[in-house]
Amino acid sequence: MIENRPLVTALAYLTLILGVGIVAFPIWITFVAATHDAVRMTQVPLPLWPGDQFFANLKTVLFEGVGGRNATPVWLMMTNSLIMAMMIAVGKIVISLMSAFAIVYFRFPFRMGFFWMIFITLMLPVEVRILPTFEVVSNLNMLNSYWGMTVPLIASATATFMFRQVFLTIPDEMLEAARVDGAGPMRFFWDILIPLSRTNIAALFVILFIYGWNQYLWPLLITTDSGYFTVVMGMKQMLDSAEQAPEWHLIMMTALMAMLPPIIVVLSMQKMFVKGLTETEK
Amino acid sequence: MLKRVHFGPSLLPFLLVAPQIAVTLVFFMWPAGQALYQSFLIQDAFGFSTEFVWFENFQILFEDQYYLASFQRTAIFSLSVAVMAMGFALVLAAMVDRIVKGVMAFQTLLIWPYAVAPVVAGALWVFMFDPTLGIFAYALNTIGYDWNHKLNGNEAMLLVVLAATWKQIAYNFLFFVAAIQSIPKSLIEAAAIDGAGPMRRFWTIIFPLITPTSFFLLVVNIVYAFFDTFGIIHAITQGGPAKATEILVYKVYNDGFIGLDLGGSAAQSVILMAIVIVITVIQFRFIERKVEY
Repeated sequence: MIENRPLVTALAYLTLILGVGIVAFPIWITFVAATHDAVRMTQVPLPLWPGDQFFANLKTVLFEGVGGRNATPVWLMMTNSLIMAMMIAVGKIVISLMSAFAIVYFRFPFRMGFFWMIFITLMLPVEVRILPTFEVVSNLNMLNSYWGMTVPLIASATATFMFRQVFLTIPDEMLEAARVDGAGPMRFFWDILIPLSRTNIAALFVILFIYGWNQYLWPLLITTDSGYFTVVMGMKQMLDSAEQAPEWHLIMMTALMAMLPPIIVVLSMQKMFVKGLTETEK
Repeated sequence: MLKRVHFGPSLLPFLLVAPQIAVTLVFFMWPAGQALYQSFLIQDAFGFSTEFVWFENFQILFEDQYYLASFQRTAIFSLSVAVMAMGFALVLAAMVDRIVKGVMAFQTLLIWPYAVAPVVAGALWVFMFDPTLGIFAYALNTIGYDWNHKLNGNEAMLLVVLAATWKQIAYNFLFFVAAIQSIPKSLIEAAAIDGAGPMRRFWTIIFPLITPTSFFLLVVNIVYAFFDTFGIIHAITQGGPAKATEILVYKVYNDGFIGLDLGGSAAQSVILMAIVIVITVIQFRFIERKVEY
């Protein structure tokens, strides 16, 4: 604190509370909508205070789904989302750890060539090359499978860069000491590098889990079998059915379910998340 | 780049890079090459014959008023999102710097929209502004404004900008807080002793010193608005009404998967790739500058 100006401090708190109010309002409205029944959700004006239908709606959404008889239950979609998010996060971390290790610790032919090839992927987000990538996946018979949903998203230059950065800060004496003790490359990787980059792995995991959970366009194109639908995709189908019969109480309950896991991950690992965010992007 | 102490050549490093290189080749290089190749082809409506046409697809695109309009819309959209998200976040970050108690609590309350998927964010906002039921549409109605983003293109654009901004505030906020906190306190104290008030200190010390972060965030926000907002637009407007919110990424999807114009869609992909490459180069230039600072 530089000086004591009660008025300015009060103004600061007021602005912050107002800011939090604006940011949190949509989520409050979602929660409120998820606690009312169908009848109340068609009467204008819509409620601003929670009702008592929360658990009834939760049950309907989780086990029956939204949008008629052959709707996909949300628990299934959430399981699919979880599988996809985990496969993307773990897959990305594993392959980038391995390639960063090779690039930083080995002298071998085409080393820089490989590095540039990985670097290039930084420039090509999925959205830009959706059509040809879709063709490749369909030629490989990977439509409607967890592999098709995750593997094309797994190569990531950012994660490789981050691990490269981490490895470069590890003192050379580590490897010398390990060598003196007779450790080979893989032993050094497992017993020294991975434990030393544990916090970075955790930080990256938070970011990648959210990235994987929130994937939308890619699973939308790859899956036609409702057994593979993810909850984020499911939102869109529910919105389409809302054109005819708006079941906003159920749609908003699903929205709540779709936001919950990533929000829990962010809030429970807030420090890691902030670290991961500010370090991967640079 | 390479460690001073390292392992000699063997098969092992090849095995270690193999998975990432394989995925990169199959799902990045090959499709990107395909996009480039297809952008030089025109296929007839039934897919019976394809003709190699050099740059005709690009020529068609740049003469297509819809494509040029989409370019302009994307520019308006991404600039509005960047300016609004950064402005809002900067005000909050400056305020957090003023307070002593509850910094963590405010940070916690402000960062969660980051974790919300774009489509879900779109669903939240479309619900609040639903012309017949939405809470804001109702509020606007009571003061005599007839809100209908399904018919009015400007209102649709405003809604997607709001939803996209809402999701991006958290990100900007975290970076601004980090940047403001890294400014040496002695500078601020010296200015305070010289009699500069909080506003004056903000504009003459804090604001200039966080310029590198601001530039970085501007680039990141524009990239976000270009590529990561597909879900928001797909959920809220589907590019409508009358293409009023059809930004470039949405048009690639729409022309390729819905319109089945493969050559045109591929040409648009190639242009987008060029834009991403330019943005990445700018970003790296800027990062080099930041190292000096």
